[in-house]
Amino acid sequence: MPDTTYTADEMMTVTASRHLADGAVCFVGIGLPSEAANLARLTHAPNLVLIYESGTIGTRPLTLPLSIGDDELAMTALSVVSVPEIFAYWLQAGRIDVGFLSAAQIDRFGNLNSTVIGPYERPQVRLPGAGGAPEIAAAAGQVLVMLRQKKRMFVGTVDFVTSVGFGRDGTGRPASWGAGPTAVITDLGILRPDPATHELTLTAVHPGVEVEQVRNETDWNLRVAPEVEVTEQPTTDELVVLRELKQRTEEAHRR
Amino acid sequence: MAPPGAGRGSEVGSVWHTDAVLAQFTTLREAVADLIGDGDTVAMEGFTHLIPFAAGHEVIRQEKRDLVVSRLTPDVIYDQMIGAGCVRKVIFSWGGNPGVGSLHRLRDAVENGYPHPIEIEEHSHAGMAARYAAGAAGLPFGVLRAYAGTDLAAHTSTIRTLACPFTGEELAAVAALSPDVAVIHAQQADRAGNIGMWGITGVQKEAVLGARRSIVTVEEVVEELVPLGSNFVVLPSWTVTAVAHVPHGCHPSYALGFSTRDNRFYVEWDEISRDRATFDEWIDQYVNGVDDHAGYLRMVGESRFEPGHLRDG
Repeated sequence: MPDTTYTADEMMTVTASRHLADGAVCFVGIGLPSEAANLARLTHAPNLVLIYESGTIGTRPLTLPLSIGDDELAMTALSVVSVPEIFAYWLQAGRIDVGFLSAAQIDRFGNLNSTVIGPYERPQVRLPGAGGAPEIAAAAGQVLVMLRQKKRMFVGTVDFVTSVGFGRDGTGRPASWGAGPTAVITDLGILRPDPATHELTLTAVHPGVEVEQVRNETDWNLRVAPEVEVTEQPTTDELVVLRELKQRTEEAHRR
Repeated sequence: MAPPGAGRGSEVGSVWHTDAVLAQFTTLREAVADLIGDGDTVAMEGFTHLIPFAAGHEVIRQEKRDLVVSRLTPDVIYDQMIGAGCVRKVIFSWGGNPGVGSLHRLRDAVENGYPHPIEIEEHSHAGMAARYAAGAAGLPFGVLRAYAGTDLAAHTSTIRTLACPFTGEELAAVAALSPDVAVIHAQQADRAGNIGMWGITGVQKEAVLGARRSIVTVEEVVEELVPLGSNFVVLPSWTVTAVAHVPHGCHPSYALGFSTRDNRFYVEWDEISRDRATFDEWIDQYVNGVDDHAGYLRMVGESRFEPGHLRDG
C-alpha cells in the first residue's frame, strides 16, 4: 500500500491541479505551477494544453523541466514558436484560458511582486524580475496564483507591483483584460477575490488547518467567508502520480 | 563609436541598410576582437537553449569593458560577464538561475555595487520581445497591451504609453532595441554562411536582424542546410557578419540534436557564484586559464555533454 499521509506542499499542488479543467489551455511557469499543471495532465485532465513561455505549445513532458526551455519541453511539444510569437499571438491575443503564477509577495488585492523587496533603487533583496508574469496576469482568461502562506509574503501592500491583480485599491484592473486572479492556492487553504471589492477572502482551508492559522500567516486583517469550506484531501492516485513525477524529475536532473 | 572591423552598411535616416555582403568564416577570437568594442550594446541571445557561452567567455578573456548587455534572461552567461567586470548596464526581463535560484553575481552588483555598480533597465519578456521585433522591423518602437498598473513603467524610461489612433485604447510603447552586435549560437551553417537552427529559437532571429553586426557560433558546418524539426529557422548569410565553428559553444546550455542541457552545472553554479573568491577562482581556471573553447571543454570533461536525442522522424 502506498503511503497516504501527505505534506502541506502536496496538498497545495493537488488542490491547484484540481482547478485545471480537462481541455483548458494553460500558460505555465516553472516550479510549483509546472508541477501542478503536469499532475493535472497526468490525472484528471489528459487533454490539458500546456504552453511554456519558451514557445513550446502542447508540450507533454515526462519529467518536470528544471528551466523553462529544457529540451524535454521542445521534444514533446506539438509546436515550438518564437518568443515574440508566443507572447503576441498566443498570450496577448487571448488564446490562454488559465495563467498560473507564483511570486515573492502578494497583497490583499492580488497584486504580485517578483521584482524587489525594499525600495527599487536600493533593494534589500533583488528578485529575478517580471519574466512573462505581467502579460500572463493581464491577458490570461483567469489567473491561478500558487504560493506558500507566510506572513512576510502575504502583505497589505506589495513593495513593487510586477503583475496586476486588481490594482493598489482593488479597482485598477482595465476592463479589456482577462478576469485576473480567481484563486490563490496556498499550503493552508484557498483565498478568492470578493466579487464586489476584489479583496482576497479566505474561502477554504485544507483538512486540519484552522482559520486562525491562516490569519496568523497573513499580514493584513484577512476577511473570512461566512462558510469556510474544507478541501478534499489528496487521493491515493494523485499522491502516487505526483511522487512518481517528482522522483523521475529528480533522477533526470541528477544526470 | 565604431569598433575596428565594423562598417558594413550605411545609416540612412533612422534605418540601417546592410549591403549584401556574405558572412565571413573566422575564429571566435577574431570575431570578438573585431566586432565587439568597449562600450558597445551587445545582445547575446538564446532562450535557455543555444546560449552563446563560448562567445561570453571570449569577451571575458579579451577583457571587454563598459558593455551594455541585453538578454531576456541574463542567465549564467551574463552572471559570469558581470562578475568578471565586463558590464556597465544590463537590459533584461528575468534575472534568475532558471529552476535553481538567484544569479549571485548580478545580485552582488545590483545590491552591493561589486565588482562595480551597474545600471539596470528592466522590462517583461513580452516587452523585450516587442523591442527586438521593432528593431528587426526598423520601427522606432513596439506596442503591447500590458504594463498598465505595474510599477515597471515608472522605473524604465523605454516604456511609455500611447493611445491607439483607431480606438483610443491606452497601450504601452517600448523603444526598439537595436544592438550594435548580436551574438547567437546555432546548430548549423552551410559553406556559404547561411545559418540554420531549430528547437526553442527564442528571439535570436529578431536580435540578429535588428543588430548592426552579428556573430554566430555553430555546432557544425555542412554542405547544405538540412531542415530538421518543425520550426527550422534560417538566417541568410548576408544578414550575418561573422560565423565561427565552435562545437558545444553553448555549454552548459544545450543545442537540440547535439547536446542536452547540463542541469547539474546550473545547480553547481549556485555554489560557485555565491562567493566572490570561488567565482574568481572558477573564472581564472575555466575561462582565463584556457586559450579557447576547446580548452574549456577539456577542463569541463567530455562526459558533461552527452549527445541529445533527435526527435523521432
